[in-house]
Amino acid sequence: MQKNSSSLTQHNRSGWLFALPGFGLMMLFIVVPFVFAIVFSMTNQRLISPNPTQFVGFENYRQLLSVNLLVLDPVSTETGELKQNTDGTLTYPRIRTFTRNNPNYPHLQGMKEWFSWQWQDKQVAILASDPVFMKAVVNTFLFVMVVAPLQGAFALALALLINQRLKGINVYRAIYFMPVVVSIVVVSILWRFIYDGQNGLLNNLLHSVSFGHLAPVDWLGNPDTALGSIMAMSIWQAVGFHMVIWLSGLQTISPTLYEAAKIEGASGWQTFRYVTWPGLKNTAVLVLIVITMQAFALFAQIDVMTNGGPLDSTQTIVFQAVERGYGKQDISGGSAISVVLFVIVLSISLLQRHFTREKK
Amino acid sequence: MADVTLHKLVKRYDKTDIIKGVDIDIKDGEFTVFVGPSGCGKSTLLRMIAGLEDITDGTLSIDGKVVNHLQPKDRSIAMVFQSYAIFPHMTVRENMAFGLTIAGISKQEKDQQVNEAAKVLQMEHLLERRPSQLSGGQRQRVAIGRAIVRNPKVFLFDEPLSNLDAALRMDMRMEIAKLHKKLGATMIYVTHDQVEAMTLADKIVVLKGGEVQQIGSPMELFHHPANRFVAGFLGSPSMNFVEAEVLAIDAQTITLGSSVLDPVVLPKPELALQLGQTVELGIRPQYLQPQHGDVKGSLHGQVSLTERLGTETILDVSLTDGKKVIAAIGQDQLFQIGENIRLHFDPERAHVFVKSGDA
Repeated sequence: MQKNSSSLTQHNRSGWLFALPGFGLMMLFIVVPFVFAIVFSMTNQRLISPNPTQFVGFENYRQLLSVNLLVLDPVSTETGELKQNTDGTLTYPRIRTFTRNNPNYPHLQGMKEWFSWQWQDKQVAILASDPVFMKAVVNTFLFVMVVAPLQGAFALALALLINQRLKGINVYRAIYFMPVVVSIVVVSILWRFIYDGQNGLLNNLLHSVSFGHLAPVDWLGNPDTALGSIMAMSIWQAVGFHMVIWLSGLQTISPTLYEAAKIEGASGWQTFRYVTWPGLKNTAVLVLIVITMQAFALFAQIDVMTNGGPLDSTQTIVFQAVERGYGKQDISGGSAISVVLFVIVLSISLLQRHFTREKK
Repeated sequence: MADVTLHKLVKRYDKTDIIKGVDIDIKDGEFTVFVGPSGCGKSTLLRMIAGLEDITDGTLSIDGKVVNHLQPKDRSIAMVFQSYAIFPHMTVRENMAFGLTIAGISKQEKDQQVNEAAKVLQMEHLLERRPSQLSGGQRQRVAIGRAIVRNPKVFLFDEPLSNLDAALRMDMRMEIAKLHKKLGATMIYVTHDQVEAMTLADKIVVLKGGEVQQIGSPMELFHHPANRFVAGFLGSPSMNFVEAEVLAIDAQTITLGSSVLDPVVLPKPELALQLGQTVELGIRPQYLQPQHGDVKGSLHGQVSLTERLGTETILDVSLTDGKKVIAAIGQDQLFQIGENIRLHFDPERAHVFVKSGDA
C-alpha cells in the first residue's frame, strides 16, 4: 500500500493545496465580505469619497435603530381653551419644532415622525431617526409572516395532490416547478404587466368575471395593494420549489404505514394527521426556515416592480441596504442594515429550530 | 371468529393474471399458511383478502358475507406487515390503540384494551416506549398487539418474521403458535419459509404462478405431494429427483430403473404410465441410506462433498451419470470424498412423477 500511494496523498501540504481553490473562493466571496460588512458598519466609509475613513463605533446602528416617543399636548389659546380647527379637531404643535435645534429636546435632534395616534386629547408620536428603514423592517416582517405560512401550506397542498400515481402527473409537476427555473427578474417584469393599472391581465380578468362591476385597480401604484400584490406573486413564484421539498419528504414515508392506517379505518384527514404530518416533521422545519430566509431577502421583485414605492409601502430591508449602499453610496449605512438583517435572520432561525426540535 | 372462503378469485393487472382463479376454504379458527416462491402471488392474495388490492373477479366471503367491495376496516380483519408498519412518532401504547383513537373511543376503554393485549403478549413494560427504542422482535410484537386490540375475526400475517434474525424468528414463531392457541382466531399467514409453514399451519396452501398447487395439512403435503413442485418445495434439503425408465408394470407394482438406479419395485402410483416411459423418481434426502460395499439395490455414485453438522451429515453425491443427489444421514458419520457409495431407499417412501415441463 505504502509504495503504491504517491507522495501526493502522503503529505499534508498537498491536501491543503487541493483545498485551496475552493477554500480561497469561499474566503473571497463569503468570509471576507461578511467581515467587511461588520467592519464597514462601524465606520463612515462611503463608496467613493476623498475623505479618510473614520471609526464611528455604533453610530450607524444608532442612526438606523433609535426610536423615541413624543407626547404632544394640544395647543391652547391665551384663555386656556383648547384651540380647535374648523372641523372640530384639535391642533398640535408641529413635531419639527421639537426635532430641529430645540435645546430642550436634544435626544430628539434630527428625528422624524414614523407614525402617531390620538390618545385622549393628546397626540402620541413615535419618532425614528430613520423612518424609511423602520417601514422597511415592518414591511419585511409583514411579508415574512404572510408568505412563510401561505407558501408553505400551498406547497404542501400541491405536493399532496401531486404525490399520486396518476397518468401524466409529471406534466403537472413540471408546470408547478416552471416558475422556479425562470429568473425572478423576468417573472417580475411579466407580473408588472399582469398587475398593470390600465390594461393589466388581472384587471381585465376581474372586469370580465364581474361583468364590468369592478373598477380597475392600480395594483402596484396603490400603497394599500402594492405589498399584497408582491406577496401574491412571490408566493406563486417559489411555491413549486417548496412543493418539491415536501414531495421528497412525502416519499420517505413508508407506504405500509398508509396501508396500516387504512386497515385501522383512518379517514383521509386522520391519515394526514397521524401518518403524513408526523412523517413530515423534519421537512417542515427545513421548508419553514428556507422560506423565512428567502422572504427576509426580498429584493429583486421590489427592485423591478416598485422600487420601494409608492409612499415607501414596499420598502424592504435588503432593498434599503442596496439603495443606501449603492444608490446613496453610503456603504457603511448599507453594511449596518445588512448586519441588522443577519442578526434578525439568525435569531429567527435559532428560535424556529428551538421550537421545532424533537422533544425528548 | 369466522370462516374465510375464496371462490375463483382473480387478480388482473392490465392484461396479466397474477392470481388465476383461486379456491380456498378456511375454517373458523384455522391457521392457514400461504407458501410459495417469491412472485407466486401469495402476498397479493393476502392483500386481496385484506382489501388493500381490488378483486378483479370471483368472490371473497368472511363469516358468510361477501366482502369484495368492503373497505378494509369493515372486513373484521387485522394485518401484521413484514416491515412492522408501526408509527415511529407514537409510543407503543398509542400505536396499539391507534384503531381505537381513530374510532374515537374513550381513553379509559383504550387503556383497558391495550393493557389486556399487552398482557397476552407479555409486553406491559414496553408500553410507554417509542418504536426507536425497541428491537425488531419487540416492534413486531407491537404490530401484533395492535392487531389484537382490533379484536378481528381474521388475523392476516404478511411474512411477519422475515425481517428478524434466525434466533428471534424461532422465538416469535413459537409465540405466534401460542397466540393462535390462546385466541383461537382464524389466522392467515404468508411466508416463503417452508419451516414456518410446516410448524405453524393447520392447513398449507402451496401457490405457484398465481395458482394453487395443493392444499392440505403439513404432513399430507409432506408425505403425499400432489406434484413435483410441491414435493420439491417442502422439506429441507429438498427432494432429489432422478430420471428412470418404466421397466415393468403389473396390477400392484411398477419397476423402475436406469443407468444409475438398479431396478426397483414400487407400489403402483395413480398415474397413467406406459412401458418404456421416462418418469421422475422423487426421494427425500433423509430417506436415502448409504450402504458400504456392494449391496444390491438403489442408486450408485461417488461422494463429492460432505457437510458434518454434528447430529446430521449431508452428503453431496455425484451419480455415475453425472447428476447429483443429496443424502441426509441422521448421525455423524465420516465419508471420504471420492468414495464410491450406494444409496438405498425404501420404495414405499419414493414418489413417482410424470416428466413434464414443470409440474
